[in-house]
Amino acid sequence: MKKNNLGTGAGFVLILVWCLLPVAWIISLSFKSPEETAAGSPQFLPKDATLQNYRDILDNPDFLDALRNSFGIALIATFLSVVFATLAAYAIARLEFRGKRAVLSLALAIAMFPVVALVGPLFDMWRTFGLFNTWPGLIIPYMSFTLPLAIWTLAAFFREIPWELEQAAQVDGATSWQAFRKVIVPLAAPGVFTAAILTFFFAWNEFVLAISLTSTTGSRTVPAQLSYFVGPDPFNPPYGQLATASVVVTVPIIIIVLIFQRKIVAGLTSGAVKG
Amino acid sequence: MAAIDMKNIVKKYGDGFPAVNDVSIDVQDGEFMILVGPSGCGKSTLLRMIVGLEDITSGDMVIGDRKVNDLAPKDRNLAMVFQNYALYPHLTVYENIAFPLRLAKTDDKTVDEKVRAASKTLELDEHLDRKPANLSGGQRQRVAMGRAIVRDADAFLFDEPLSNLDAKLRGQMRSEIARLQKKLGITTVYVTHDQTEAMTLGDRVAVLKRGILQQLATPRELYDNPGNLFVAGFIGSPPMNFLPAKVEGTSVELPFGKVEISAEKAERAAGRGLLIAGIRPESFEDASVVDASRKGSTFRAKIDVVEWLGNTAYAYIPFEAPPEVLEQLQQLERDLDGETLRTQLVVSLDGSSRVAEGDDAEIWVDTSKMHLFDPATGENLTIDTANAGRVPALEQGHDPAQEMAAESRVADEQTAAAEGS
Repeated sequence: MKKNNLGTGAGFVLILVWCLLPVAWIISLSFKSPEETAAGSPQFLPKDATLQNYRDILDNPDFLDALRNSFGIALIATFLSVVFATLAAYAIARLEFRGKRAVLSLALAIAMFPVVALVGPLFDMWRTFGLFNTWPGLIIPYMSFTLPLAIWTLAAFFREIPWELEQAAQVDGATSWQAFRKVIVPLAAPGVFTAAILTFFFAWNEFVLAISLTSTTGSRTVPAQLSYFVGPDPFNPPYGQLATASVVVTVPIIIIVLIFQRKIVAGLTSGAVKG
Repeated sequence: MAAIDMKNIVKKYGDGFPAVNDVSIDVQDGEFMILVGPSGCGKSTLLRMIVGLEDITSGDMVIGDRKVNDLAPKDRNLAMVFQNYALYPHLTVYENIAFPLRLAKTDDKTVDEKVRAASKTLELDEHLDRKPANLSGGQRQRVAMGRAIVRDADAFLFDEPLSNLDAKLRGQMRSEIARLQKKLGITTVYVTHDQTEAMTLGDRVAVLKRGILQQLATPRELYDNPGNLFVAGFIGSPPMNFLPAKVEGTSVELPFGKVEISAEKAERAAGRGLLIAGIRPESFEDASVVDASRKGSTFRAKIDVVEWLGNTAYAYIPFEAPPEVLEQLQQLERDLDGETLRTQLVVSLDGSSRVAEGDDAEIWVDTSKMHLFDPATGENLTIDTANAGRVPALEQGHDPAQEMAAESRVADEQTAAAEGS
């Protein structure tokens, strides 16, 4: 058994290094001055750590605008996507209707299109509709791309919830809507949060649409804005600044995951019915 | 509180198969009514139609003086305990019980009073802050009951509430439910497939088979005067013995010999050819322990197996049955969710009986309680209609022979389909 533990430990370290080394490198970079990053062979840890990069980035109005756009767009897209997905998944899990299979497969088909293939048509359409370079111009495609996954995840969760719970609620005097809101939604919470996290990640990290469907900092999100960090010297990209921006946009993600992680508790329905 | 009146209720599913067919049951105010039958007899469907979770194809459902056919469950003011309890896992026991009150927008003080009262009745006081997941089966069951009694519902509906509990707990909860119902005096409809629950709990029992009401009577009436072969086989444990019988004058020829019956019974069964005699196990006794003064017949038979239980002993005596009776008995066994391995007589002997396996014993039988059934229709020919409650098949406008034929056709199709798959 001891040998086994050793192997597990070694594998664990290997995976951790593999995953976290780039992150550590970016954090380390963000504390280095431009002189150090421009040096031919920079070492791993900064020689003299400086907070100058953070000061600069937080003084940069373009970055702050992009950050605001990112938050707004990602949160709204997540909220709408989760609300629609919850209602759709509930219908799919509970009702028998014609074309149920078609709806599910179609939803999956949407997710199969590569984003790049849609950039051209979307660009033309959005300019015609006046959605180019606006928040809704990004929120709508983000929602469409994340809905299928959210619907599938939530439908699976709803199927797990015994129908009797809803019927019990109705007998107890609840309307269908009350039964849904007071019994089903709380029980599907882990699914709702899973869907919310996945949607938020997608919207927060998305780059291709963000750079193609925006033209000013009025609606450009952080990943797209980062590509405009050129710095004064075309031969010397501002690595420190880029790394700092990356760290700054990663922090909210980590916080959100930590908050939601506590909500994603498996087996919440245990005890509802005799197992 | 209210009476529940079901009039000619029919439930047909999409494929046109009637899960409940023309059932009329009048549940009196405060009565404990049992719906009983083997699986697939439509008893749960009927209950769900009362509460409104299932649409009614035709017929009238009247609760109190309101026709509720088209009312949503929430507007019927009934409380229901589900088979798997259906507790809300995200709420504490307290909030589970309070749930119906919260929906009714009751003020907090009243909610607290009522929940505390319910939890006291059900001895849940120490569990009020726990979640259902941390409770035992019996405790969950009590929470489900608490949720029902906390409201001033017009009636309680139970859907096999004890089937998930182990045998000992089931016995305790059974008496608990009976006590609670008597105390609250509330109209109750209780669905079960267990004939013991049906016999012990019910003021009256409705026996259903394949969506058709077979008999509606008190437990005693059902036991003493079953309306047909199915009810006779379903009520009682161990079940009633069915033997091929030929009536000649006032004597009945059974596989073990001739016994005498009363002239009145003999007259009703005269000229019918081969019949099925139904005799309950406790109508038999070891002849050596019977008081000589008790009236009855005796016969000798070889005992195959004896099960001695202390207060009583069950002896098994195999016999041969002619094919037409055998077929009917096998069909009956299928209707009862069982399977006949062999035709045998089960006799209940006194615990002091010394009869052993392999003995050629002398058995005494009390024929006054014997019933005679028509093998073709299953109809009880010797029924005492004055003490048999309601037997819809015997009422006017019904032709039992035709119904039986239709039923067995359905059964044959089902069997064929089952075998085909």
